[in-house]
Amino acid sequence: MSGYTEGIIILLCINFIAAMGVSLLTGFTGIFSLGHAGYMAVGAYTAAILTFQYEFNFIIAILLGGAIAAILAYVIGVPTLKLIGDYYAIVSIGLGEAIRLILENGGTITRGARGYPGIPPYTTLTVALCFFVVMAFLMFNLINSRFGRAFKACRDDYIAASLLGYNTSKYRVLSLVVSAFYCGISGALLGGFLSFIQPIMFDMVKSTEITSVVVFGGLGSMTGTLIGTFVITLITELFRPISQYRMLIYGAILVIIMVIRPEGVMGQQEFGPKMLKLLKRKFLRGNFSKEGGDINDKGI
Amino acid sequence: MTKVSKNIILKLDNLNKHFGGVPAVKDISFSINKGELAGLIGPNGAGKTTIFNLVTGVYSPDSGHIIFRDEDITSLKTYEVIHKNVARTFQNLRLFPRSTALENVMVAMQQHHAYSFGEAITHFGRWGKKEKEIKLKSMDIIDRVGLAKRADQPARTLPYGMQRRLEIARALALDPEFLFLDEPAAGMNPEEVNELNHLIVDIHKEFKLTILVIEHHMDLVMEICPHIICMNFGTKIAEGNPDEIQRHPEVLKAYLGEEVDE
Repeated sequence: MSGYTEGIIILLCINFIAAMGVSLLTGFTGIFSLGHAGYMAVGAYTAAILTFQYEFNFIIAILLGGAIAAILAYVIGVPTLKLIGDYYAIVSIGLGEAIRLILENGGTITRGARGYPGIPPYTTLTVALCFFVVMAFLMFNLINSRFGRAFKACRDDYIAASLLGYNTSKYRVLSLVVSAFYCGISGALLGGFLSFIQPIMFDMVKSTEITSVVVFGGLGSMTGTLIGTFVITLITELFRPISQYRMLIYGAILVIIMVIRPEGVMGQQEFGPKMLKLLKRKFLRGNFSKEGGDINDKGI
Repeated sequence: MTKVSKNIILKLDNLNKHFGGVPAVKDISFSINKGELAGLIGPNGAGKTTIFNLVTGVYSPDSGHIIFRDEDITSLKTYEVIHKNVARTFQNLRLFPRSTALENVMVAMQQHHAYSFGEAITHFGRWGKKEKEIKLKSMDIIDRVGLAKRADQPARTLPYGMQRRLEIARALALDPEFLFLDEPAAGMNPEEVNELNHLIVDIHKEFKLTILVIEHHMDLVMEICPHIICMNFGTKIAEGNPDEIQRHPEVLKAYLGEEVDE
């Protein structure tokens, strides 16, 4: 395998992990975030400093990167997620920018705006793939558990959820902490892949990019998030030769999706045996109907 | 008229709630005995739903106390009240529209079949056993309200009457002692009201519940509720059995208007 393909696969794994985290928060719990690159930055710098400065084992450094991001999310989440509405989205913008500015002015610890060079290149193909597989396994298990159902209940109707005995703000904070952990890990892997990180890499553009990938794939669908990340990452790579038009194409694709499929590529459905069965039925019989034309929610 | 009894499960004591300058609930006191099937009636805007919202912690009262099983639950948060074995349904449905009927009930059922976060993300340990239990018991309840065939359908695609019954099923899945039904028959045709009638009486016996039901269909209330409380403009105007209520002058005034002297 050429170094280039290998690089793309590693980058895909890194993007997958970050997108899964945001998908849990935005798609499954209904909280918009525009500052998740901030958690990636925290993970990336933690791992970088620990491996370069203190010569930690890289796996421990990556996990600590995720943990520190998660702790930060807890501190931010407890006061802000008690409020219902878009408050967290607004706070997250401030948080993302604040983290970036702190890193830019971090003196000898973060080495400022010029960036942090010389991180040991610990993110090999195997490491990236292993992290992706394990994190995806845990995430899919989580959404297929009582916690997944509780997150969705809080997203769909928080009053009904609290009248079913759920402390909704607790579940919202839990979702944020898990999602920050995923972004922290993703950032730590990115640092090890590039060997160099810079505060500007984790600005608001990066945050909106992750969120838009999740919306592209379909809010409330984890497989949709993976498909969305795959498509967007590959498109960005594909059009590298005409890089001045990349953002244009990227925007055009988002607009096309908004127009022809506003619920995202997968809507709220998961890609799996159940969906294959439905698709098969659609193509064989030409319709979705079941039990004599029963209503089946937009077919799928 | 209120009997003094040690059997009291819910007691409202001089409850007050204002919205701005509007008194929604004024000095309301009444109590419900364990195992009762009681009705709360009154014209639109009388404050019936506000009482439900006060008891379940959606609003907090300006003054007064709510006692449930000898415990003051006045200042508890909504989810804490629910953990005291109280459940309710809503006047305007609040199902999770995109989840299936079964998932709607499972969300409530899983409250009694918890497992840890670690077990949830690894699917080790109790996950399999508990999930199976949650699903089976939820199916039982869905079957009980007659929706077994529709279990896999998204809630919002169910006919209206079925959505109402699904909400009752979801409340029952919490395994409550006390069930508040907020206008369960709203928007139903006479046939559906009749079916619902039977359902309420049956679950009352079967699950050994205490039920307080808000209703506009007088025939439904008069038929199934031996104990009726009537409200108007935020105050209690009458309390008693159906006969007493039907003959009570204040109730007649509230529903039919005053006689005009000629």
